[in-house]
Amino acid sequence: MKLTLKVWRQNNPSDSGRFVEYQANNVVPDMSFLEMLDVVNGDLMAQGQEPIAFDHDCREGICGSCSLVINGRAHGPTRGTTCQTYMRNFSDGQTLVIEPWRAKAFPVLRDLVCDRSAFDRITQAGGYISSNVGGAPDGNALPIPKVVADKAMDAAECIGCGACVAACKNASAMLFVSAKVSHLGLLPQGQPERTARVRKMVSQMDKEGFGACTNQYECEAACPKEISADFIARMNGDYLWASVTTEE
Amino acid sequence: MSSFVPIPSSSIGCKFFMGITGLLLIGFVLGHMTGNLLIFMGPEAINEYGEFLQTMGHGVLIWVARIGLVAIFTIHMALAFALRNKNNNARPVPYGADGTIQASWASRHMMLTGIVIFLFLVYHIAHFTVGAIDPDNHKEVIARDIHNKFDIYSMVVKGFQQPLVSGLYILAQLALGLHLSHGAGSWLQSLGLARGWVRKLILPLGYGIAGIIVVGNCSIPVSILLGWVK
Ligand code: HEM
Ligand code: SF4
Ligand code: FES
Repeated sequence: MKLTLKVWRQNNPSDSGRFVEYQANNVVPDMSFLEMLDVVNGDLMAQGQEPIAFDHDCREGICGSCSLVINGRAHGPTRGTTCQTYMRNFSDGQTLVIEPWRAKAFPVLRDLVCDRSAFDRITQAGGYISSNVGGAPDGNALPIPKVVADKAMDAAECIGCGACVAACKNASAMLFVSAKVSHLGLLPQGQPERTARVRKMVSQMDKEGFGACTNQYECEAACPKEISADFIARMNGDYLWASVTTEE
Repeated sequence: MSSFVPIPSSSIGCKFFMGITGLLLIGFVLGHMTGNLLIFMGPEAINEYGEFLQTMGHGVLIWVARIGLVAIFTIHMALAFALRNKNNNARPVPYGADGTIQASWASRHMMLTGIVIFLFLVYHIAHFTVGAIDPDNHKEVIARDIHNKFDIYSMVVKGFQQPLVSGLYILAQLALGLHLSHGAGSWLQSLGLARGWVRKLILPLGYGIAGIIVVGNCSIPVSILLGWVK
């Protein structure tokens, strides 16, 4: 396969950046998208040029490091992560526009790499349980209905990749934050700090400069872990309730 | 921390009030439409209804309603602009390629349809409430009906017999329909209700309410243009 790539190149956070066109001539359909970029980078380095910087780690769809907006779609045209997107999903001769996540809260560091530490700060603001629970309790000492446990696990699947922010028309982080708020808020251990948690995390989310939700669910459609926008409704409810009930 | 919903510093708080005001406006639009449909029951029904609105609570309640509506519209629009501003700031560099997955055209153009609704509103009030658009055909000027009530029926019929006026009203209803195709379901999410089966109501509610309002409101100018009501 031969592809034309229009890749976002940016030297540093203060550089304004630009698209640069490259030809990828030796693409095998079974390569992952990142392997394709590895090959392009090999060619670039052989020509003495700077390779394209992009984020990656596990390359098996579980760490949330990889990003990339491909032809306007976060993580490319298929549902999974970019590392789990394969070149067979594209056609020979196609032109691909490859960009970083674009959000004020995710400043581009270099080329396709952006700084997602805003998510870490949101988690630090309240995405934890601080009660000292001592040793592990007996298996059945703390009954949790199966549906609740399942739902908490669904929320906990979020890998913090940021595709929801990238896909949202307003660069809103509501899906990520709602997943983090909900996986703790659903479980008994998360109850004591439930109202304080949602207030602190939403407040940090707003401080980071993410947009507001316009209820369009592009986040849900782009999320590689299929996090449901039901969690956003849940968080809205929790937050509004917390706003009138917390005594702190 | 204060115990109030922090407005407008909180995005969720803003959206909550956007949803509440939107819901109240839907209530108003539905009520307004139902009242106006009385035109199909003849001059007496709608003139009587007009008289009732003007005189309820010794003429005080209409002003309560008007002030309330202005307040609701003001909050809805102010928050729309505040949120739009926040959202624009959140993505300073736009994407080079558009990859919208499923968000409807209407949901992406709420500001556009909202502004069209607002401009129409100004026109509509100038037309039928103030009588500035067509002064010769205003309820205060034309002859009263046999019960000595404002002849709203004749005013509306004569107004909508002009194709240009009717066309404008119909276009405005289409903008309102688009706004509501997203908005009339979206408030469920803003208020935190759209979980599980409730979320399945978003689309039917949006298109259902939009459809009822567009068909209901357009039926008046269309029937007059076609000569069914005269
Ligand atoms: C009869 C008039 C109107 C009705 C019935 C109405 C109704 C609604 C409803 C129900 C929503 C959904 C709220 C939510 O997502 O929770 C909404 C959203 C919106 N409305 Fe209106 N509206 C009206 C007039 C206007 C006007 C005059 C503007 C002008 C600025 C406007 C701008 C918007 C915008 C921008 C949104 C989207 C807000 C967001 O998602 O961030 N609307 N409207
Ligand atoms: S909610 Fe989905 S898209 Fe957003 S950070 Fe988590 S896994 Fe990524
Ligand atoms: S590299 Fe780990 S999820 Fe893609």
